Amino acid sequence: MKPPPFTYHAPTTVEEAVDVLAEVGEDGKVLAGGQSLIPLLNFRLAAPEHLVDVNGIGALDRIALDDDVVRVSAGVRHARLERHQAVYAACPLLRQALVHVAHPVVRNRGTVCGSIAHADPAGELTAVLVLLDGTVHLAAQRAGQLARRDVPGSDFFRGVFEADVGADELVEAVTFPRLPARAGSAFVEVARRHGDYAVCGAGATVQLDERGRIAAARLAFISVGPVPVAVDLTELLAGAAPARVRLEAVAEQARAAVRPGSDLHASAEYRRHLAGVLAARALQEAVADARDRRDRRREP
Amino acid sequence: MTADDLHEFTLVVNGRPRELRVPARRLLSDALRHDLGLTGTHVGCEHGVCGCCTVLLDGEPVRSCLAFAVSVAGHEVTTVEGLAGPDGTLHPVQQAFAECHGLQCGFCTPGFVMAVCGLLADQPEPTEEQALEGISGNLCRCTGYQNILRAVHRAAELLAEQGDRP
Ligand SMILES: Cc1cc2nc3c(=O)[nH]c(=O)nc-3n(C[C@H](O)[C@H](O)[C@H](O)COP(=O)(O)OP(=O)(O)OC[C@H]3O[C@@H](n4cnc5c(N)ncnc54)[C@H](O)[C@@H]3O)c2cc1C
Ligand code: FES
Ligand code: FES
Repeated sequence: MKPPPFTYHAPTTVEEAVDVLAEVGEDGKVLAGGQSLIPLLNFRLAAPEHLVDVNGIGALDRIALDDDVVRVSAGVRHARLERHQAVYAACPLLRQALVHVAHPVVRNRGTVCGSIAHADPAGELTAVLVLLDGTVHLAAQRAGQLARRDVPGSDFFRGVFEADVGADELVEAVTFPRLPARAGSAFVEVARRHGDYAVCGAGATVQLDERGRIAAARLAFISVGPVPVAVDLTELLAGAAPARVRLEAVAEQARAAVRPGSDLHASAEYRRHLAGVLAARALQEAVADARDRRDRRREP
Repeated sequence: MTADDLHEFTLVVNGRPRELRVPARRLLSDALRHDLGLTGTHVGCEHGVCGCCTVLLDGEPVRSCLAFAVSVAGHEVTTVEGLAGPDGTLHPVQQAFAECHGLQCGFCTPGFVMAVCGLLADQPEPTEEQALEGISGNLCRCTGYQNILRAVHRAAELLAEQGDRP
């Protein structure tokens, strides 16, 4: 079908964008990559009166790295972040998760901030934000002034397609902390077909100590609840040599934490089973990644 | 400004500036087909799943059903009509599809051809896995995909022989 009519706004600065958003209020929506919003319009599942297109805001087309974080502004497309070598070195989980987001052609247009703002329970990047405890940077117009606020990643998601972002707010950027030394990460998922939304997916981060034992480990799951489900394995695994980890205990903790639903694609029971399988797999891959990165660092 | 207003802007389509006067809700796919008469870009699902409508936007493959024409004003769009030479000589990617029997009914073909152009611009010598990943977002109900995969590798060969970029 064809999208319903809307009034189109094309701001070229963040100030202009938040002014328009303030003016149109609940009747407006931000248009970023359009890879989720335009299907909703074409299906007539959404009919906003105003669209505020942020694709023309040059200042938002930025990836910035400093000593602590990777900062991804709202214009940055999935494909660009995925290919960025320095970002991969600083925060490998981003590429590890991005390759599971849709297909390459969709990633050429979809944005990282759009994926976060959309708060799809099946969106890989929601789990990345929660797992790394990144930060969402919001901009809005308050009393005629540009006002900014930050929301911690772990508090951002509120429900299915619901997040702590007001109708008049723009997700200006998202920051992801760098992976510390002796740490590793991984993202694994099961989908009906390659490129489809995951039936269940799991991200993992693992911190090793100087002797190569596990110091901390965390998991985050998608598609098994209204918001990403984080599981801290540190109590279970701290001090353990990776080869000695009882993967069944890891799987058990994952299965107990998730709250999956049943739908056309999979039953709740099957999703819970997958959470256990993927928990073990993600943990093992993250340990391997940590060792890989340590070995590469040692090479002259 | 209201929802019924027409927007006037230029798109550079297959190297030529084209003037458009369309409502904001005009999809890029429809602007190409209905307003510019370029019906080589096909439309299957209009929600990003089938890949038939794939075109190059500033050289990168995107879904034309998931972009508003007004939103890409001023940018360069390449459609399947922009590939063959002025004398009708097929583009190496098109030639490879023909040689490898990579099409049957042809409905999906323009989308595949544009996706493969994008893939080979990025990875001139794709591995089997990269070729598969590159076409994974396009659906074909006829061929069973194997000949399309062969066409990807054949197109890479032809482009290398000609020292060409897609
Ligand atoms: C075939 C197909 C398969 C897909 N598969 C997956 C998948 O497996 N995993 C996955 O995660 N995604 C998938 N997607 C969705 C894709 O990743 C989207 O790009 C992404 O979810 C939204 O990003 P966008 O930039 O396209 O946002 P848009 O579609 O432009 O916007 C989505 C929503 O977020 C809001 N929004 C966007 N940007 C901002 C901002 N900066 N500030 C405030 N609000 C904003 C919009 O108002 C809208 O409500 C798929 C899409 C398609 C078409
Ligand atoms: S018509 Fe655009 S992807 Fe199907
Ligand atoms: S050739 Fe018929 S759909 Fe692909």
